[in-house]
Amino acid sequence: MDTAEIERLIREAIPGASVLAQTDDGHHYTATVVAAAFEGKTRIQQHQMVYAALKDKIGGDELHALALQTSTPQ
Amino acid sequence: MSDIKAAIEKQVKSSPVVLFMKGSADFPQCGFSGQVVQILNYLELEFETANVLESEELRQGIKDYSNWPTIPQLYINGEFVGGADIIREMFQAGELQDLLTRNGIRFKAAS
Repeated sequence: MDTAEIERLIREAIPGASVLAQTDDGHHYTATVVAAAFEGKTRIQQHQMVYAALKDKIGGDELHALALQTSTPQ
Repeated sequence: MSDIKAAIEKQVKSSPVVLFMKGSADFPQCGFSGQVVQILNYLELEFETANVLESEELRQGIKDYSNWPTIPQLYINGEFVGGADIIREMFQAGELQDLLTRNGIRFKAAS
C-alpha cells in the first residue's frame, strides 16, 4: 500500500476532500483529511467515512497502522 | 441477537469505563492499546479491560458491534467513544475530561 493509493481512495470516496498521507517506515501511516463533507459530523463519523473508503481495499492490519486526523475546512 | 453480541452488550454496560484492547492494562500488547491505557491511568480512572486476543470471536464481534474496524475501542457508560487517535485528540483538547464529567465519572483533574 502506498501513500498515493491511500490519497486517491479517500478522494474518490469523499469528493472535495484534501488528503495528505505519509509514512516514514512503510508500515505505519498517517492520513490528514480535510473535507466540507465532515461538517456537522462527530470525529467517529468522520473517521468512519475514511475507513469506509479504505475498508475493502486494504487489509485489517494495514488499516490498524493508519492514524487518522480529520477536520472541516476552517 | 447472536450470543457474542449479547456478551459484548453486557460487558460494555458492566462498568462505566470499558476498554477493549490487545493484551491487558498491565501488559498491553499493542502500542495503540498501550496509549489509551496510559491516558486512562494518567486520569486515575477506574476501568475494566477486555483482551480481544483471547477470542477471535470477540475480536471480530466488537468491530461489528461498533462498526469500527480497529482495536482498541473505549466505551463510556456503554457508549463507543473512539479508538486510539480519537481518544488522544479528545484528551489533548479536554473533550474526554468533559465527557467523563457529563457522565458523572470522577477522574484526577490536571493539577
